[in-house]
Amino acid sequence: MPVPPTHVLVISLLLFAVGMLGVLTRRNAIIILMSIELMMNAANLNLVAFSRQLDNIVGQVFGVFTIAVAAGEVAVGLAVVLALFRNRDTLQVDDVRILKG
Amino acid sequence: MSAAAVVFYVLAALAVTSAVMVIASRNAIHSAIYLVLSFLSMAGLYVLLEAEFVAVVQVLVYAGGIMVLFLFVIMLVNLRDAQALRIRVHGTLSAAVGILAAGLILYTYSRGRIPPATGPSVLREGGNLQRVGEALLTQALLPFEIASILLLVAMVGAIVLARKPSD
Repeated sequence: MPVPPTHVLVISLLLFAVGMLGVLTRRNAIIILMSIELMMNAANLNLVAFSRQLDNIVGQVFGVFTIAVAAGEVAVGLAVVLALFRNRDTLQVDDVRILKG
Repeated sequence: MSAAAVVFYVLAALAVTSAVMVIASRNAIHSAIYLVLSFLSMAGLYVLLEAEFVAVVQVLVYAGGIMVLFLFVIMLVNLRDAQALRIRVHGTLSAAVGILAAGLILYTYSRGRIPPATGPSVLREGGNLQRVGEALLTQALLPFEIASILLLVAMVGAIVLARKPSD
């Protein structure tokens, strides 16, 4: 491992925080999906780092599963975005508030 | 500091910077391009952490498949009212909570003593791909099959959601 494990954790924390900032502040549905991908990547980096740290291959297997789940999530999420745009003609999540009580 | 460490920090800085550009840029296409850059830097980090298979899957699935999907959808929809990142801090309370949480996490990191991995990893015996493949088809066989079902369901769901409503 070229760097101390704590540094990898801090990098992963930074990436996760950037993704969370994007989800919380951007109002465009596509950018929100991209930010979710950033957060999943940050979690993946932790898994791979601890796989190396603990000499345990399961972390990398988990990382592969995370990527598979992310692929499915992005496909469904973008289909929802397309359906939203077709029905409401907008991508701003502030404009979509049918379920808001 | 070894050469690998220098490369690691450079790639990490690139990944974080392009992640910031993803959420800060006004144009969605620019966000997608910066997202590719972030994903590729992350793949480099995986290589340095000796997870070559995860790095290859990252490039194939994320930088290949997912980005094409994003670009297609961006081109299909019409983004006229794209707006840049606006951070509206509601009082000092949210800033205080954020700084407090970050300080707590960093304090925990600095207190925790994770010993650095020393010596060559046993994960490399026979090659990373072989080790991951063995684990996938023995230890994680059931989750592996469930993942394929999940992908099938996601595929069918995406098609049902995105097709034109036919009457």
